[in-house]
Amino acid sequence: MTIGRSGTYSLDEVVNKFRAEGRIAIVGASLAGLRAAEALREKGFNGSLTIIGDEAHEPYDRPPLSKQVLKGWVPADHTKLPRLRRVDADWKLGVAAVALDRINHVVKLANGEEVGYDRLLIATGTRARPWPNPAEGALQGVFTVRTVEDAAGLSAALKARPKRVLIVGSGFVGSEIASVCRDLDLPVTVAERGKGPLMGALGGVISEIAAGMMRDAGVDLRTSVAVERLEGDDAGKVRHAHLSDGTVLDVDVVVASLGSIRNVEWLDGAGLAAGQWGLACDAGCRAFDINGVVTDHIFVAGDVARAPHVLYDYEFMSQEHWDNAVFGARVAANNMIHLEVGRRPHLPLPSFWSGQFGVNIKSVGVCSFGDEIVFTQGSPSERRFAAAYGKRGRIVGAVTFNHGKWLPYYASLIEKSAPFPPPPPGYDRPVDAEAVPARFPDPREPAGNPDVVLTGHDPTDRSAEFRPRA
Amino acid sequence: MRLVVDLNKCQGYAQCVPLAPDVLQLVGEEALAYDPNPDDSQRQHVLRAAASCPVQAIILELDPPADRDTL
Repeated sequence: MTIGRSGTYSLDEVVNKFRAEGRIAIVGASLAGLRAAEALREKGFNGSLTIIGDEAHEPYDRPPLSKQVLKGWVPADHTKLPRLRRVDADWKLGVAAVALDRINHVVKLANGEEVGYDRLLIATGTRARPWPNPAEGALQGVFTVRTVEDAAGLSAALKARPKRVLIVGSGFVGSEIASVCRDLDLPVTVAERGKGPLMGALGGVISEIAAGMMRDAGVDLRTSVAVERLEGDDAGKVRHAHLSDGTVLDVDVVVASLGSIRNVEWLDGAGLAAGQWGLACDAGCRAFDINGVVTDHIFVAGDVARAPHVLYDYEFMSQEHWDNAVFGARVAANNMIHLEVGRRPHLPLPSFWSGQFGVNIKSVGVCSFGDEIVFTQGSPSERRFAAAYGKRGRIVGAVTFNHGKWLPYYASLIEKSAPFPPPPPGYDRPVDAEAVPARFPDPREPAGNPDVVLTGHDPTDRSAEFRPRA
Repeated sequence: MRLVVDLNKCQGYAQCVPLAPDVLQLVGEEALAYDPNPDDSQRQHVLRAAASCPVQAIILELDPPADRDTL
């Protein structure tokens, strides 16, 4: 701390002036963007705040869109997020950011406007991967599910009692939608390219249980099969799906649940470490540039972020979890207005839930980091159990089916890198309590993008794909 | 009014469900489904339901903050 002559430079003064008068721009007006804005105001940022979002809606919650909205209980535009406090921001909704000029500290918008910033938070999230053939994707009755418009369209299509729904891809979203279709007593076929549902996230052993759940509920589940072509009628409505095994299905609604694409294209040319798995940042949410040098003024939070995690060998982790958006937003906001000692790490233990076929599936940790699985509590055949995943003798993840009360126990073991198999609870042990291979798919096999991805830190590591610049 | 339930925190104790059955419902043994933007007539029910949660998973916005309607 400097004392004495006026004009003597002090970083503390710079920070205080920034907190009082600085300009922060947040690109991304969904869960992470909103919670970051609230956290900034809560922590004493009084400067100007601009929030930019490409959707023409105030921030809304997405998980209900594939569940109670599709069932018809809740209208699609009734998932607006509760506000924790006032944010006094300049909201620019319905306009996308199209470029970033790091030298002049400017975000360029699609309508030609330019937004200046002193510090920037990038929370642009992901979008649903579209149907690969645009003409087929434009057929009436073909949907992806990510936005409120998607959910409104699909719930109306389901309400019209289609003769058969085809869901392409059986990750968590595809499986949830299949479950809703069965709740509505609609015939539904799920076409999965890999060996089974939820393979990428939970492995082959759990996938078999999930497949059993689906089939018992009346889903026509077809695995190891791709949908090669969709065919429409003269009115432009989808009518048939041609599968890779030669079958042709008559379908009137097709849901493409093919995973997500990170919204990083707008950062082309900005020289940041942005790519297929998102925008890389440090564990304090500051973005890396393309050379691996951390920036000073650019922060990242939510689905678009990719950060090293101490519990997983410091591999860069990319998560599409609700918690990650909420916690990451708060840490980024804190770190945007603090210097070194005041900054905090964002080291979330991935946490996830999915309600489908009457079962509450929850998981914690990175199950796909493990190679073994052991059932520790309950009964797999009754579909109520807890199971732990291990790698080289330590627990790295856990999954529960209708056993959510026990998940925090496994979370505490994972945080301590406790031994695997974990100590048995002493009661309610499954008949088969031996550790077995978890059977995650070979990265070279076609499978979807799971909700948590460890993208490695070795350029030759096959879990990340490097493509040369065109 | 608006609410969001932190479904990571939720462990299915379901203390909330009987207190606000039009807003919060149990699906199967443990999963929770809810109406995020219920009518204001549900206010008292939702307040009681939120207070009853042993893990405090229900996040409420009873009245909009002063800046919300300037969007």
